[in-house]
Amino acid sequence: MDGNMSGNTLQERRQGAMQVLSHAPAADIALRMAELPLPPYQQLRAPENGLVMVRGRIGGDGAPFNLGEATVSRAAIRLHSGEVGFGYVLGRDGEKARLIALCDALIQSPDHASAIEAKVVAPLRAEMRAARDQAAAQAAATRVDFYTMVRGEG
Amino acid sequence: MQSLDHALQPGFADKVLSAQATFRTVMEAMARPGQVMQVEDGVGRPPSMMAGVAAIALTLFDQETPIWLDAPLSGAPDIGAWLKFHTGAPIVADPALASFALVAAPEQLPDLRSFALGSADYPDRSTTLVLQVASLSVGPMCQLRGPGIDGTVSLCASIAPADLFARLSINEALFPRGIDVILVDGRSLVAIPRTTRLAAAGG
Repeated sequence: MDGNMSGNTLQERRQGAMQVLSHAPAADIALRMAELPLPPYQQLRAPENGLVMVRGRIGGDGAPFNLGEATVSRAAIRLHSGEVGFGYVLGRDGEKARLIALCDALIQSPDHASAIEAKVVAPLRAEMRAARDQAAAQAAATRVDFYTMVRGEG
Repeated sequence: MQSLDHALQPGFADKVLSAQATFRTVMEAMARPGQVMQVEDGVGRPPSMMAGVAAIALTLFDQETPIWLDAPLSGAPDIGAWLKFHTGAPIVADPALASFALVAAPEQLPDLRSFALGSADYPDRSTTLVLQVASLSVGPMCQLRGPGIDGTVSLCASIAPADLFARLSINEALFPRGIDVILVDGRSLVAIPRTTRLAAAGG
């Protein structure tokens, strides 16, 4: 996962937000969304669960095969101003899919994009980065350099 | 509000229960040709599409049912997007490839032989026509007979094209192949399966 700051184009901003939101717990997203004034919106597609076939390739470039099915939840929301947001998440958390769809729609709205980025996406991104850095630091503390092992001698 | 009119509309509020109820209604209508049935209210739809047509689309259409749209519907920008979002059904230009044909201007209905008539081995692979008509409660009366009808049944309806039943007489020679028709007016629908014949017109 990259976790870069939001890009310039709308597509990059949406992708950047999805990278964060898809990994964040639903409760955290809901907590931060609750602080924001939300515009009126309509559910185009109520949260629903389904299966998607996950396909793979042996060695990355072999013939495709069906690896197995994964549970996916999805939702779609339209703001009354016209922006349509989509949310797809692995698992059966329909509420998370709904929240992500709502965020996706708000990011496309000029009136709400900056608030969502500042109040929801950026704090979650910072939390996620801190957690990852901590895990990396803990792993680094136990790192061993095998400098005594020299290959090819003997 | 201009943008709202063309914006993507929702579908069923409760997808599973509404689709089950609509399926039951359409099945019942096919079993009782000529009887007016009602689908439930509250289905989201593009403005130019009748509620009954929207309910049928959300219930019966999926990725494996190619759809043919007549000129007014294919010209409307919101219809194709709505069908694609909610049903995933491919929209085809050739009526002979379509499982369903949605017709908003039935007075300009093309020749029925341009639609899929099914094959002798698979007579079910024919096009089901869904026509938006002016009224299924007032209009000229006609008498229908056939399987599912005890004797004859009267249908008062303003149907276009005016010679619909004459055109549907190709079903007699084609059987078991043939065209099934669903007439829709708002929430009301009437099925005219391929076995139904016109017993008497006028009145």
